Amino acid sequence: MNDNPHMEIDFHDIITDPNLSRREFLKALGGGIFIFFCIGDSSVLEAQRRGGRGYPEDFNAYLRVGPDGRVTCFTGKIEQGQGAITSLPQMLADEMDISPDMVNMVMGDTAQCPWDMGTFGSMTIRFFGPPLRAAGAEAREVLIELAAEQLQVPQDRLAVENGVVFDKQNKDKKVTYADLAKGKVIERHAKEKPPVKSPSAFKVINKPFLHRDAQEKVTGKAKYAGDMRLPDMLYAKVLRPPAHGARLKRVDTSAAEKMDGVSVVHDGDFVAVLHKSPDQAAALAKIDSEFDVPAATVDDQTIFEHLLKNVGRENTVAQGGQLEEGERLSEIVVEQTYLDGYKAHAPIETHAALAQVEGNKATVWASTQTPFPLRDQIANALGLKPDDVRVITPFVGGGFGGKSPGQQAVEAARLAKATGKPVQVMWSREEEFFYDTFRPAAVVKIKSGITKAGKATLWDYHVYFAGDRGAAQFYDIPNHRTSSVGSAFGGGPSPHPFATGAWRAPANNTNSFARESQIDIMAAKAKMDPIEFRLKNLRDERAIRTLKAAAEKFGWKPAPSGRGLGVAVGTDSDTYVAQIAEVEVDKRTGKVRVKRVVCAQDMGLAINPEGAAIQIEGCVTMGLGYTLTEDIRFKGGMILDRNFDTYELPRFSSLPKIETVILDLPNEPAHGGGEPAISVVGAVVANAIHDATGARMLQLPMTPERVRKAIAALA
Amino acid sequence: MAETIAFTLNGKPATITTDGQRPLLWVLRTDFGLTGTKFGCGQAICGACTVLVDNKAVRSCTHPVRNVAGKQVRTIEGLSSNGDLHPLQKAFVEHDALQCGFCTSGMILTAYSLLQDNPQPTREEIVAAMDHNLCRCGAHTRIIDAIQDAAARMKGGKA
Repeated sequence: MNDNPHMEIDFHDIITDPNLSRREFLKALGGGIFIFFCIGDSSVLEAQRRGGRGYPEDFNAYLRVGPDGRVTCFTGKIEQGQGAITSLPQMLADEMDISPDMVNMVMGDTAQCPWDMGTFGSMTIRFFGPPLRAAGAEAREVLIELAAEQLQVPQDRLAVENGVVFDKQNKDKKVTYADLAKGKVIERHAKEKPPVKSPSAFKVINKPFLHRDAQEKVTGKAKYAGDMRLPDMLYAKVLRPPAHGARLKRVDTSAAEKMDGVSVVHDGDFVAVLHKSPDQAAALAKIDSEFDVPAATVDDQTIFEHLLKNVGRENTVAQGGQLEEGERLSEIVVEQTYLDGYKAHAPIETHAALAQVEGNKATVWASTQTPFPLRDQIANALGLKPDDVRVITPFVGGGFGGKSPGQQAVEAARLAKATGKPVQVMWSREEEFFYDTFRPAAVVKIKSGITKAGKATLWDYHVYFAGDRGAAQFYDIPNHRTSSVGSAFGGGPSPHPFATGAWRAPANNTNSFARESQIDIMAAKAKMDPIEFRLKNLRDERAIRTLKAAAEKFGWKPAPSGRGLGVAVGTDSDTYVAQIAEVEVDKRTGKVRVKRVVCAQDMGLAINPEGAAIQIEGCVTMGLGYTLTEDIRFKGGMILDRNFDTYELPRFSSLPKIETVILDLPNEPAHGGGEPAISVVGAVVANAIHDATGARMLQLPMTPERVRKAIAALA
Repeated sequence: MAETIAFTLNGKPATITTDGQRPLLWVLRTDFGLTGTKFGCGQAICGACTVLVDNKAVRSCTHPVRNVAGKQVRTIEGLSSNGDLHPLQKAFVEHDALQCGFCTSGMILTAYSLLQDNPQPTREEIVAAMDHNLCRCGAHTRIIDAIQDAAARMKGGKA
């Protein structure tokens, strides 16, 4: 294990003005060697042109070798616990022959970093990683050229160790990166396919590293948006409706206005009280208000029926062969419907922001996954130019997709503008639940067929309102169709009674629960072991090797067994995942205890295997929540679960033993690691419950009551 | 009603004149600028706001500041001494027992309180003591390992 030196990571330094051409960009940054590069393809640059007014257009990330020899990587990505702050420097370190602690990360600051769409979809390593490595290789090349000149040694005789370039024939002939960068301003654009290090030369990449921000986090020094302080700042509480869809009918703020040290902002439906301390919220209670609440037409019991009534156009996600032919070949046909309710993101840090508006400029510190889109949203709300708004992203206390929307930051900015003082908005837990963009409730209907010999012949799959990620099946089924109805992420008419959005491995949790449950039913109908059945019906080499790795680690013995063992396979973010779980079910109470989960993952090159293992463990643990306990109860637009007393997150006593296997594939591209392992947790536990009890669970979460009922129905 | 409350904060005398019913959490975060103690739920459910009062873990979000009069309050900022990390902090770093870090202060101080009462807890005892501290990122197994490791290093609860 490499123990990183712990660094102070500073989010405050203002070194640039946000309105920049490339020339000004460089001037503002001072001297050094700059390498510009692009993330993604031309469509990303196009999006940048549209969204990134004021930024140079031929790159969207860059790094700088400063006159102190330190390398700074500027990126719009943010750190929310996923570990990019550790793994990105690992990539740079190997390409530049430096240690990772020579790398500074400047993240999520719209004034210092080039435009970026946001941190989601397990994309940082996959799409930002390769160009970052290329830029590192380019920087090294520039430094070698400079060294050759300075040392009067041909380039091919030079080598680099820890930021020192030396003559291989005379090690005393040497020069540091710091000396080479001093007094220079050099710009280069990274080559499209530069020579990057081969896996055999990795010293840092693919080696386990501890979180480099851990020191700050265990000492309380790490700053989150709610920890930011400015002189004369005010803390705001906003008047909230009792339900989504409710309209403010009448409001009287006079009693609150009379209170000492309280100011009130009233702008249409937007009513807030501001205090000098965040806990002196008594003024909010003095506001007399009345809302028109629309009659509830749907609740958490009737939602599935409601969704199916609103089914619109089906989009075909994948298809092959002929369904009629599949029906004809099928000797056994299974038809099943799967249900999944709304889930909250529930990061322990609620949405928070501190905003300061001075003249026509705004600075906002926000807990956000999308600093640049948020900047534009704030600019729009305040009537400012996007370039005059700076969003700074300190550490984010968990996001999971829920901090892509930044309503709290817009609220803080509006209040800062209205009061002329810096204003912090930190949502209460109740606000956090109320305004969450929930993982959508969804229905999946599957009709599938097999021969008596256990060959899959038919797959007709329809997902409603979860989204299509992870919907397409990867088994060798000759006649298949997959369709998806409804956007999961709002935008346009939605049958959901409140906002929904991306929740860690969006759509894939629901789709994988349905698919892998159905596959398990098919295996049981064929009287085959679930792994044997999957292997018989898989031709995808990556799926096969991942499943075999999980089975080997688990010590799999053929089932059905009655031992409570379940299997599930999935794919997400170009990664393949296979899990095997062992559960114990109390048949009297219906309570499920997950005892052991083995998770194998083919994620290509794992940049930081330690970080990847942590993400898998986190996925499995978080996944147990949506699997067993988490479900948002609601009545119309009224959210009934508003805190952790009734919305039950996984806790220490719910932990299984988690074992991870990361396939050793250093020669393959790095795939996503933040989400794949959560996508199959529902399925693997459902299948294990079936193995333990014979009861087939068709709805998430699999609460004790539902499990008990399913067992009772067997009798 | 404002009252003057004197207590010891991270080893130093502290006084504040304020409404004694205010939750300790907000007094620490706002009046004393100690933002390492986090707000999570406001109802003493999640444990992110945990601090030590006379070496016992207390949920500061529902603990009136009046109740710490004359007592020793320790926050995460006061756990390391002379720049040296406490064994629990070290173990959390070395076991990678955190991700986003937002629950970490509360986890460490709850564990501190446990080890004061029970210097060599079993795994089951750790689970029971930590069960009402929530972590959304899923660092739980590493947190348990870190606490066990720290207990071994502390050899009897003395840091």
